Amino acid sequence: MRNRMVVVEGSYAVAHAVKVCKPHVISAYPITPQTHIVEDLSQFVADGEMNCAYMNVESEFSAISALIGASAAGARTYSATTSQGLALMHEALFNASGMRLPIVMTVVNRALSAPINIWNDQQDSISQRDTGWIQLYAEDVQESADMTPQLYKIAEDEDVLLPAMACMDGFILSHVYEPVILLEQSLTDEFLPDYSPEFVLDPKNPMSFGTFADPSTYTEFRYKQEKAMGAALKKIEEVALEFSEKYGRYYGGLIDSYMLEDAEIVIMAMGSVIGTIKDTIDMLRKEGESVGLLKVRSFRPFPADEIRKALKNAKVVITLDKNISVGKNEGALCTEVKACMYNNRDARAPVIGFMLGHGGRDIPISTIVKIINKAKLVEKGIFIESEFADLREDLA
Amino acid sequence: MSLLKPGHRGCAGCGDALAGKFVLDALGEDCIVVSPTGCLEVFTTPYPESAWGVPWIHSLFENAAAVASGVEAALKAMGKMNNTKIVVIGGDGATMDIGLQAISGAFERGHDLTYICVDNEAYMNTGIQRSSGTPKYANTTTSPAGKVSFGNPLNKKNMPAIIAAHGSPYVATASVAYAPDMMKKVKKAAQIKGPTYVHVHAPCCTGWKFEGSKTIEVGRLAVETALWPLYEMEKGEVTGVRKIKNRKPVEEYLKVQGRFRHLFTMEGGAGEIKNIQATADWNVKHFGLE
Repeated sequence: MRNRMVVVEGSYAVAHAVKVCKPHVISAYPITPQTHIVEDLSQFVADGEMNCAYMNVESEFSAISALIGASAAGARTYSATTSQGLALMHEALFNASGMRLPIVMTVVNRALSAPINIWNDQQDSISQRDTGWIQLYAEDVQESADMTPQLYKIAEDEDVLLPAMACMDGFILSHVYEPVILLEQSLTDEFLPDYSPEFVLDPKNPMSFGTFADPSTYTEFRYKQEKAMGAALKKIEEVALEFSEKYGRYYGGLIDSYMLEDAEIVIMAMGSVIGTIKDTIDMLRKEGESVGLLKVRSFRPFPADEIRKALKNAKVVITLDKNISVGKNEGALCTEVKACMYNNRDARAPVIGFMLGHGGRDIPISTIVKIINKAKLVEKGIFIESEFADLREDLA
Repeated sequence: MSLLKPGHRGCAGCGDALAGKFVLDALGEDCIVVSPTGCLEVFTTPYPESAWGVPWIHSLFENAAAVASGVEAALKAMGKMNNTKIVVIGGDGATMDIGLQAISGAFERGHDLTYICVDNEAYMNTGIQRSSGTPKYANTTTSPAGKVSFGNPLNKKNMPAIIAAHGSPYVATASVAYAPDMMKKVKKAAQIKGPTYVHVHAPCCTGWKFEGSKTIEVGRLAVETALWPLYEMEKGEVTGVRKIKNRKPVEEYLKVQGRFRHLFTMEGGAGEIKNIQATADWNVKHFGLE
């Protein structure tokens, strides 16, 4: 294995993964920190390494709209965006999902304006939670790349047929150079079948897409989308295992864990902060602390059952969020974990939320340690609902 | 039977429905239609029914040109384009207002598609609100005539000129009241490689306030008064016009429509009618209609 590793930028690893998935149409608009992915893809096309249409569109809104047309015509499609670009796509994201088009898009997570900020947090994709897209969050560069064929396989499954976002933290993963294994074309050809949808725009068999539904039929479209998300729960687990068999790498399906079994304090998080948490756990375990990690890989569909099972033995649950619902004073993972714990008899631990890492603020081990120490207060009966973990006192 | 099947829910006398029918009559089965949100989309596709005998897709209000360019790019990339024509049929609001950016992008990129703007000169689907296709002085629900207003205060946007400025190889105006001329232009636009544009005048009996039996008559009066000049542009130059014999005064067009009635009843209306006549006279001179 070792000799197949190369040191490349995270964006290149993702672009290469897209290449071996052989999309027919790529449509994108440049925005930091997504740019390196689309630049690398453009170069592959310019060098004749990819046989696909690369569309330089005039906005993210047209990028996703073009893919809606292309996907309905039967093409495998790809885009990448972030932050303001994703927000600009908002209306069309609902539409792509409602029309059940399995578009795959990398979201290079970045903060939203104002104030304008190009660095990482996850407010952008979290804000698209209810658009009907599958959302997986990657821990490192290799997982960001490996997610791409996984998501095509999940999204294009006939029981799923939903668009999907591969979320990777901006700069932290997109611009870092790490040793990775670039996805092999031959393995990917075996892993990912050609996309051959049943319903396409074809003059020989005319069909209508995106029709008008009145109150007598609209609800069932939503119900079927929800059912498809249910099917995706299973498919995400299955595909992660298939990927593991084929490529020898596994990051968990819906969730993953680290030192979780006997942990009294469980930290839950998504994305690149997972690595920092693991290092913190290694350090604290040596000091005799009972700390473990529950990584949430799939935020949509939300794996409520798996999370409840995983938290059965926890005494305190900590959620980390690089996003905030302003006016609720908590991040989305906190809200959702609390909600899934409420109607549940097995796991009864208190859930406390910490928001951190907004606008690219660094999350050092010391911040995680501070959070864990605060969580211990909860065991002693002092309750914390949710708070910012890394405020600068001089500015707050 | 037409490829736009009967039984749809358009108003009796609907100009949009005629436009949709003529486009499909001109192009035949081997086409894919993209519709933005609007009357035509709503009244032809109440799920689970559809009036479209060709493949059809509606995504959103403002993105039809981007969707169409994606369809075209996909068919080309998959080697399935053959002779299939990609056609957008969109209203004036979707074309001239909210969808303008996506259209500009699609025409700049040079996709092989034909964009047909079916212009009924206001947001009819939502209840006759003003668009940038609404002519000056027309009474709409958001540009009403009132004690101190003659209705819409702004001139109609010159959309064909905007498209021509993108370097489109073929831009034409047409009217549902001149079906053979319209179909000829749609067919020609579809046969020319690259992004082409036909701007079709489509009277709306509901919004313009006239009897549904008079759609063709009203459409003809627009052309006969020179308020809707019929012309073709190739590579930015006007290459053909439909000449007008015995041009009629604009009053003849205005007086048959409720949306201009205030011009005949309000003090000062006559002066505004003169302004409209001046627009018609300018069209005659500019396009050489006589």
